[in-house]
Amino acid sequence: MSLRPRARETAEPELHMGSGSAVSLTSASKVYGTGAEAVHAVDNVSLDVEFGEFLCLVGASGCGKSTLLNMIAGLDKPTNGTVEVRGGRPTLIFQEPALFPWLTVERNVDLALKLRKIDRADRKQVVGSLLEMVHLTGFGSKQPHELSGGMRQRVAIARALAQQAEILLMDEPFGALDAMTRDLLHDEVERLWQDTGFSIVFVTHNVREAVRLADRVILLSSRPGRIAAEFPLDIPRPRRIESPEVGALATEITARLREEVKHHGVQT
Amino acid sequence: MAYRPEPAPFEEELAGLDALEAKTPRARSRARRIWSSLWPKVAAVGIVLLVWQILVWAHWRPKYVFPGPGTAFRSLWRDLANGRSLITGLQTMPSVAWFPLAIVVFRLSETAILFVVVLGAAPAIANGLVSGIDHVPPLLLRAGRVLGARGVKAYRHVILPAAFPSFLGGMKQGWAFAWRSLMAGELLVVIGGRAGLGFTLDSARLNVDYPGLMATMIVILVIGIVVDSLLFGVLERRVRRRWGLIEATS
Ligand SMILES: Nc1ncnc2c1ncn2[C@@H]1O[C@H](COP(=O)(O)OP(=O)(O)OP(=O)(O)O)[C@@H](O)[C@H]1O
Ligand SMILES: [Mg+2]
Repeated sequence: MSLRPRARETAEPELHMGSGSAVSLTSASKVYGTGAEAVHAVDNVSLDVEFGEFLCLVGASGCGKSTLLNMIAGLDKPTNGTVEVRGGRPTLIFQEPALFPWLTVERNVDLALKLRKIDRADRKQVVGSLLEMVHLTGFGSKQPHELSGGMRQRVAIARALAQQAEILLMDEPFGALDAMTRDLLHDEVERLWQDTGFSIVFVTHNVREAVRLADRVILLSSRPGRIAAEFPLDIPRPRRIESPEVGALATEITARLREEVKHHGVQT
Repeated sequence: MAYRPEPAPFEEELAGLDALEAKTPRARSRARRIWSSLWPKVAAVGIVLLVWQILVWAHWRPKYVFPGPGTAFRSLWRDLANGRSLITGLQTMPSVAWFPLAIVVFRLSETAILFVVVLGAAPAIANGLVSGIDHVPPLLLRAGRVLGARGVKAYRHVILPAAFPSFLGGMKQGWAFAWRSLMAGELLVVIGGRAGLGFTLDSARLNVDYPGLMATMIVILVIGIVVDSLLFGVLERRVRRRWGLIEATS
């Protein structure tokens, strides 16, 4: 099976040169509600995600990470500022699995292909290899509620990959997984990203995970969410989550994150 | 509206209203009569609305518990506009009440019965569908949008499947209404001597065939139970199990 995005097969990569970044946020803000009850979830964030970049967003709970991803996905409009996306509609893996309970695992994944108008004859095989990739071969005919939380999240990942969007937005996708499975999926996502040249925006609480995966880590401050710090990473790949380089940088970022939380308090 | 809260001579107050509506002296006096009987009520409503709004402004209770009049009326308007209240209103009307009209329009025919049966069932079914559509989890709508299900495709792949359990509930209720109106209809409308259940019931009474009467009642009861619990019960259970809404036993 080929997981290459369609655009990569047809359009030449030069198309992207000079046409800017995959995602550009310009002074983007999001306010929920009005008046006294208004919540400034995201405040004045300017951020570019380069084509092919693996960007990780870290920040305390409630600091606006999901809101930021939803704006990039086009599900929420920014209250102020602009969000521009190039290279097709992004796909988003939600913080909760968001599977359709009336469809089996297979058909949840299949729906993504169907909506892309892939021939029925080809779909079965693609679904099979996607489920294999997330280690769920043999669970295709189960209903989502028959799976564990982590398994559901992996189905959601398979469904998102079936879209072959060039921009992949992942909202704490591995939060519910055990360390072993998570490490395996880190490898898979990294391999996929290297093979395809997708741009990935990956949200996580886990600073080590961010350092394991990212080209660049962005630290968001607590509410209102602003960019507090940026860490470009040059640790050579393949990285291992337990390696000392990863650990050292993770410690540094965690210290900075702790400072943020101390300054602004944990949002409840 | 010509009414002003500060006390003003009545005549003066009417000037605005007269200019608008009352052209002839007779109309003028009628408008005055209506107005004089109406204004205390209007004032009372106005005062209530004002006190309501002041309480909201004063944060007497949190806004989500105690919304202001504007919010309440907007919600009422929305309900009226989307036809829900009409559907619910139709549902409260006993469908037997449609029979005289149906007989006038369709004569004593099967169409008359069909008309009433459909009218009895349709609101329940529509209500089930509409309320199912209203309660689709937003997360699933968003998931669908990310996958590219917008517009008609959103309905086909997300909204209608998500509304299905509620629709099934509406069907079940609709069946109950339909069954009742069918029996009532068969008692009222006898079509060319054809032996419907209702007709059999009534002729058993006329022929003093009480065992036959009981037997027919039992048949009606059994059909009701079979359709309700076997057909709809099994369907509903199957959907709920599929969705993981009940514990899978055995
Ligand atoms: N639909 C909404 N309506 C009102 N407020 C919202 C809504 N969605 C999010 N918020 C608020 O916006 C803030 C940011 O929420 P968001 O979900 O983006 O946080 P997050 O960084 O993803 O947190 P977590 O790490 O816990 O998932 C929170 O304070 C939350 O209360
Ligand atoms: Mg979140």
